[in-house]
Amino acid sequence: MTPHILTRSLNRGALIFLLVVAAAGILLPLSNLLLPESSALHVPTYLISLFGKYVCYAILALSIDLIWGYCGILSLGHGAFFALGGYAMGMYLMRQIGSRGVYGNPILPDFMVFLNYKALPWYWYGFDHFWFAALMVLLVPGLLAFCFGWLAFRSRVTGVYLSIITQAMTYALLLAFFRNDFGFGGNNGLTDFKDILGFNVQAEGTRAALFMLSCLALAIGFLICRSVVTSKLGKVLIAIRDAESRTRFLGYRVESYKLFVFTLSACMAGVAGALYVPQVGIINPGEFAPGNSIEAVIWVAVGGRGTLIGAALGAIVVNYAKTVFTSGPLAPYWLFMLGAMFVLVTLLLPKGIVGTVNAWLEPWKAKRLSRNAESAAREDGVIKPNMAE
Amino acid sequence: MSLIETRTTSAMLYLDGVHVSFDGFHAINNLSLTLEPGEMRAIIGPNGAGKTTMMDIITGKTKPDKGEVVFDGSVDLTKLDETEIATLGIGRKFQKPTVFESQTIEDNLLLALNVDHRVRGTLFWRRSEPESKRIDRVLEIIKLGDARDRLAGNLSHGQKQWLEIGMLLAQDPKLLLVDEPVAGMTDVETQQTAELLKEINSHDKTVVVVEHDMTFVRELGVKVTCLHEGTVLAEGTIDDVSANERVVEVYLGR
Ligand SMILES: Nc1ncnc2c1ncn2[C@@H]1O[C@H](COP(=O)(O)OP(=O)(O)OP(=O)(O)O)[C@@H](O)[C@H]1O
Ligand SMILES: [Mg+2]
Repeated sequence: MTPHILTRSLNRGALIFLLVVAAAGILLPLSNLLLPESSALHVPTYLISLFGKYVCYAILALSIDLIWGYCGILSLGHGAFFALGGYAMGMYLMRQIGSRGVYGNPILPDFMVFLNYKALPWYWYGFDHFWFAALMVLLVPGLLAFCFGWLAFRSRVTGVYLSIITQAMTYALLLAFFRNDFGFGGNNGLTDFKDILGFNVQAEGTRAALFMLSCLALAIGFLICRSVVTSKLGKVLIAIRDAESRTRFLGYRVESYKLFVFTLSACMAGVAGALYVPQVGIINPGEFAPGNSIEAVIWVAVGGRGTLIGAALGAIVVNYAKTVFTSGPLAPYWLFMLGAMFVLVTLLLPKGIVGTVNAWLEPWKAKRLSRNAESAAREDGVIKPNMAE
Repeated sequence: MSLIETRTTSAMLYLDGVHVSFDGFHAINNLSLTLEPGEMRAIIGPNGAGKTTMMDIITGKTKPDKGEVVFDGSVDLTKLDETEIATLGIGRKFQKPTVFESQTIEDNLLLALNVDHRVRGTLFWRRSEPESKRIDRVLEIIKLGDARDRLAGNLSHGQKQWLEIGMLLAQDPKLLLVDEPVAGMTDVETQQTAELLKEINSHDKTVVVVEHDMTFVRELGVKVTCLHEGTVLAEGTIDDVSANERVVEVYLGR
């Protein structure tokens, strides 16, 4: 990445966001590890894991905003890319268990022994290496998105039809992963993880490190998205979002642009899933549920579509609300509340939280700009009489 | 592209025996039209005559059921899609002005510039002196220099028309298809638009202008083709065409 596309992506809002993420990523783990439990500022480990989960959701939300907010592609199946990244990481974690499983088989994970597998299926090869799993975290969602996008965008499937087939995609994967003979642990999924890169996944230090890494991934993901949307490519994406066929008549190959952002976005979602799995300790087919993908779109709508920061914020706010409500007496009504929140935001804050705040700040910003121009003009005026003297 | 270009015609644009029907409705019927390089042609015709559909065919939006559409003597446009046709050097202004409303005027022009339109090129693009100069030049021509940072969506109808013409200039195509450029313009603006199109044409650009406004067409002072029910009804000078009995008939209604 050449520097000019990075520097131009950093405006005031972006810098503030990065600072907040960096502060959270450093201070929370430090307080968890260094401060005594009695201290008021001590952040307990369970909160670190919970926040880590939110940060992963924020990355997923960013990836959705990149395609929906800037290119008008409403994917209702992005949970699939998240889950695939999660499974790739889960497979690595399974292989790390080794002979410590219930059945003590050094090669086969417990569920395979239980299902009478004689040997490791070929698609599990390589997952004992972290680098391989990390590669697959990007490659599997990326490739699926590439193939899916290639077919869909080339045939000019857009709008609701595209949304529906993305739902169908995640639903098909849900059914496939539920099957025991598919080789990914059926409905139990992958769990009982022990180590990651030799560190105990349950250990406080590991959890703090995973949280830190998630924040780092969020910051990098944000920078990548900002670089994309502030480049000329970003302008083309917005042009496609607002007037797709007009963009074609200017000589842009619309499907290539869509394919590029869709694939990039899927890779980001995959990374989010990969960081999520060691922090929650399980990945199962439920992650492919169409409802999950829809929920993620709601986060983006609540936070503010097409603002990136809003997407991340929306993911955190909505999930925090979810944690609060689902742990109280209102738990059975959470889905209604989520639905109500979506309807209210659509009606009252169509631009989402960040979009609305931006609109408020607009006149103020304009004033500041014109004030700067004014004072510059005044300075000019001051200089001139001086020169006349 | 073969080394020896097999030109089948000297024309810049050559349509022959083109047919298009939408669900059995014949929008274009045996349409034939030839434009020489550097020519400007005005197309008139009552509503629904098929003028816009003709542009759709040339730009690849609509595929003809039958007939030949050849660009620059050798390129069969019926085999290409919108992007390829635009890249060849065919630019279009739409009947309903279509600009990128949520982007600034300057960005609209930037998007239209005929530079590298591939993904990698736009991702790593950076502002360059010649590009900025070209944009400034176009802004000057379309008189929107003061509004460069305004959102295109906030422009008046007439200004959007000009912005779209500006986008055509930035695109710098060989063949310009201009659909109803003066709708919503004042008399002065109409006059200026006619001047502008003549100016563009004088730089060796082939131009097709569709327009209902007869004063404007007269102002252009070029050969006129009258379409009716998807076929050429009359062709010639504006005086010849407006004196043509059949033309008078379709305009006045039978
Ligand atoms: N995509 C389409 N599907 C069905 N009918 C169409 C389509 N496009 C055009 N038509 C029909 O073809 C005929 C020609 O339309 P066209 O828009 O080319 O006319 P026009 O000469 O541009 O008219 P106007 O002066 O009103 O712009 C009309 O009757 C129109 O309803
Ligand atoms: Mg028309």
